[in-house]
Amino acid sequence: MPAAIEIDDVSKHFRLYHEKYTSLKERVIHLNKIPYEEFWALRNISFDVNWGETVGLVGHNGSGKSTLLKCIAAILQPTSGEIRVRGRVAAMLELGAGFHPELSGRENIYLNAALLGVAKRDIDLRFDDIVEFSELGPFIDNQVRYYSSGMYTRLGFAVAVNVDPDILLVDEVLAVGDENFQRKCFDKVEEFQREGRTIVFVSHSPEIVRRVCDRAYVLDHGAIVGEGTAPEAISILREYQAKGSGLASMIASMQQGEGDYVNVAEAVSTPVDGPEERVTVSQISVSFPSKPGAGHLSPGDALTVKVGYSATRYIPGVIVGVQLFDQKGDLVFGTDSDLMGLEPLEVDLEGELEFAFPSVPLADGIFSVAVGFTSAKDQHIYDWQNQDLAFKVISAGKSSGYVKLDPMLIQNGEAVPAKS
Amino acid sequence: MLDQADSLPDKRTVASRIEDLPIRVVSPKINILTRIQNIWVFRELLVSMVRKELRIKYKNSILGFVWSLLNPALYLVIYYIVFQKILKNQVPLFAIFLLCGLLVWNFFSNALSSATTTIINNAGIVKKVAFPREILALASVGAAFVFFLLQACVLVLALLIFQVVPAVNYLWLIPFSLLALVLFASALSVALSAINVYLRDTQHLLELVLLAWFWATPIVYPFQELGVRLSQKHLLWLYFLNPVTVIVLTFQRALYAILGDSQVQILPNYSPLWYALQLFIVIVVSIVLFVGALALFGRLEGNFAEEL
Repeated sequence: MPAAIEIDDVSKHFRLYHEKYTSLKERVIHLNKIPYEEFWALRNISFDVNWGETVGLVGHNGSGKSTLLKCIAAILQPTSGEIRVRGRVAAMLELGAGFHPELSGRENIYLNAALLGVAKRDIDLRFDDIVEFSELGPFIDNQVRYYSSGMYTRLGFAVAVNVDPDILLVDEVLAVGDENFQRKCFDKVEEFQREGRTIVFVSHSPEIVRRVCDRAYVLDHGAIVGEGTAPEAISILREYQAKGSGLASMIASMQQGEGDYVNVAEAVSTPVDGPEERVTVSQISVSFPSKPGAGHLSPGDALTVKVGYSATRYIPGVIVGVQLFDQKGDLVFGTDSDLMGLEPLEVDLEGELEFAFPSVPLADGIFSVAVGFTSAKDQHIYDWQNQDLAFKVISAGKSSGYVKLDPMLIQNGEAVPAKS
Repeated sequence: MLDQADSLPDKRTVASRIEDLPIRVVSPKINILTRIQNIWVFRELLVSMVRKELRIKYKNSILGFVWSLLNPALYLVIYYIVFQKILKNQVPLFAIFLLCGLLVWNFFSNALSSATTTIINNAGIVKKVAFPREILALASVGAAFVFFLLQACVLVLALLIFQVVPAVNYLWLIPFSLLALVLFASALSVALSAINVYLRDTQHLLELVLLAWFWATPIVYPFQELGVRLSQKHLLWLYFLNPVTVIVLTFQRALYAILGDSQVQILPNYSPLWYALQLFIVIVVSIVLFVGALALFGRLEGNFAEEL
């Protein structure tokens, strides 16, 4: 069976002009001297999308995911390479993109359908479905310019899904509209999946990708940098999102199997000025006792955070703290020896501490680790090391969010059976 | 097109018809034949776009379509006063003579002017929806043609009022001259619509060119005024380089049909076959130009979405 979409070595090249000259006069004046930057929006992309699959394209802003979708939709032409698309395509890049404000909703339905290449008699048959889905009712004969943005969006979606597409291309559009409409959109997408239609889905919302897609490709700077099931792809995406804070290279080295021990903060300590007595973090590392050598955690695995320290002299009252942050820098977990109800530590010269987490109930994500020492007397901070060390959690289960919980589902007092 | 409007395809039917589904290839190289095929597949869109253009043009005006009739009528009055009353033009039934040429010209200049800006004016859909963009230029031609048909009613009315009898043995040329006119206008429209995306002053340049072109075509003055002088210098061929001249002449010969009198020579005395041959040449040239325009359009189209 041939693939629904075959993408064969597609590259797309843009020229970014510093100043845009669009008149003959200006072009003549600036002949051959128009400054521009070469920019490859897509580089040698090749993959197939099979029938009935829902494939996600994920990546940060400017990664080329939307450009690729536009190429598949034939709105942009690739600079080189070829895309073969079988069957009728409905592209939802912007809902109601083809609407003309001066025309009524009814007229726009026909015009929009014609833009999608649908015969008028097919729309005649589906007209009532479209109006019903759009919830416009009597407003269908009003000029579209008087529609609210919600009405506009609903009508656009209603037309796009009712033209009987074989392939649906969706770009972020499900993120708009009220909750009720969003649910309707998802229901429709799921209906399409059941009917064996093919969907290509662009989003930078991992939640939606996980919810909708079977597979996903991760794009970065116009190239495919990863692919896999939706959760796998999202993990890869998170790594790339971490680029810039230095995390990505570290995780790359972790993946290359350089053991489960990562040394990061060996030399870089920024001691805080203070009294003569001082404790500094000399080394932090994480290890995964339940999965040595895996390079990442699964939810529920054990985690050890090892902290090496050096003190200027004997100090009797020291508190050690640890914090876990998510990708956005929000605190996921934090505690210290005082909060844990432990006696203040006595430190002298050099030593080593370990936070042993028997079970980490985190789901997908990259989490950075911070540790520090404070004085038990006056809360003075001796040293604080953050965002130099991270570990990754890959979740196999179908859940979303940062925390791995295991709820049971009970219906009328009886547990709902698992899928056979 | 798929004929499954009433039964949604389940997994099996999708699989069974995959082999029959049309394949759309997105690539920098799309040949002319595919382009023409695509336009044909989207012919309903062409009709919808023409209807849209017409609706929008007169949506918020009270007189609506009457405007398109008022335009030639007013032209007629002005030119009639200037040429027949002030400049003492000798052409009999000048109103009819003028209307024959003006009708053709209005179609031609309307089509070109609106096609030139159509891609920019429809930037919203060009950037967001995939369809053969040539349709936009062709829809401008289509809308101009609808106006042409409306304005033709004014001419028919004038023919009836002045009781002018058309030249029956030349009337069969009219459909061919219309074909030539539509083809020629389409070729230029497709090319201009693409060029104007890159060189935005094309639309201003076009206004000037159209003004010169209008006076180079025997619309207001009779063909023979210039024709006689040109043929003395053996330069008459120069006059026929302008395809619009051939088409206007055919209209005048068939509908106005007055060759001249003792005082003024108006139309040349060529046979219907001569006109047929000229129109044939224009049609062939227009088809070649149209194919060339599609090729040009295809080359420029790739970057529309970025340039807009």
